[in-house]
Amino acid sequence: MMEMEQQSAVCRDGVVPVVNGEERTVAAGSTLGDLLRELSMNANAVVVEHNREIVRDRSRLDSMVLATGDSVEIVHFVGGG
Amino acid sequence: MTESTLIAGGTDTPFVIAGRTLRSRLMVGTGKYRSPDEMVRALDASGAEVVTVAVRRVDLNRSKDDGVLPHIDPTRYFLLSNTAGCYSASDAVRYARLARAAGFNEWVKLEVIGDQHTLLPDTTALLEATRTLVGEGFVVLAYTNDDLITALRLEDAGAAAVMPLASPIGSGLGLLNQYSIRTIKHRLSVPVIVDAGVGTASDACITMEQGVDGILMNTALAAADDPVRMAHAMRLAVDAGRQAHLAGRMPRREVAVPSSPSVGMLE
Repeated sequence: MMEMEQQSAVCRDGVVPVVNGEERTVAAGSTLGDLLRELSMNANAVVVEHNREIVRDRSRLDSMVLATGDSVEIVHFVGGG
Repeated sequence: MTESTLIAGGTDTPFVIAGRTLRSRLMVGTGKYRSPDEMVRALDASGAEVVTVAVRRVDLNRSKDDGVLPHIDPTRYFLLSNTAGCYSASDAVRYARLARAAGFNEWVKLEVIGDQHTLLPDTTALLEATRTLVGEGFVVLAYTNDDLITALRLEDAGAAAVMPLASPIGSGLGLLNQYSIRTIKHRLSVPVIVDAGVGTASDACITMEQGVDGILMNTALAAADDPVRMAHAMRLAVDAGRQAHLAGRMPRREVAVPSSPSVGMLE
């Protein structure tokens, strides 16, 4: 019960997109650019997909506002064959 | 080092894919090395120009995971992104698009896996994904099995190169069907690059002797006790196999033929 109240308190000030498969609370009004900065990620070193749409123009990251339930995938290159 | 002493064998046709001339017939993966430093030294020893990478989620709770790019000099290596781990055409297309959005090039090593145990390709889905990606302007290098008909269809679908396997990914079983690989090479106009299954230098050499244009390997290097030395061995083996192919081997005979004169023997 306590836990639920805390969670809804967070939800009032924030939104909860699903980032790389995990729910993550961010401040309401946060953009994809804000999210990357919060995660200390260099936008040029990753590719971001927002609700299944690739953000090809990285300059748009700072104008794309996150909403609860948004699906965000942040990927990069790893070793592979 | 002593490369000039290696081959004095005359000329070879350039190795060209989608208009790009490649300086090495050996392509290598970047997965499964014990450390980034070991990988960097193995890539260097291999002499490869094309190196493959995979697209994965960034670890959000990252320990120190910065991916593979900080270790690869993009002015020296040509990055070839794969769609490894994809089990449907739509997933493979999604991964290819993500990779292209990274901004390096339009190439993709297209894999659509059909079975978890063998990692053999789903050739129907592979053809579908090839058509979609070719239509979107990708340069598709299609990982496939050693089946001629599928290889022909991939070429028809616009694949820039066809990549039949020697044996299953990571198996190290070597070239299981020389005939199939030779036949595919004979019948296709686009480059044929054998991808997967090579275990050691002799496998690479025998594969190149079939006349294929190149080989892509990863585990054979990464899982060797000494990946850097194996990378060097593979570089020599690919060159040796290529030269042997160009030289044209002697015919096989079921009987012995003496090399020394049979006349002039003592009474």
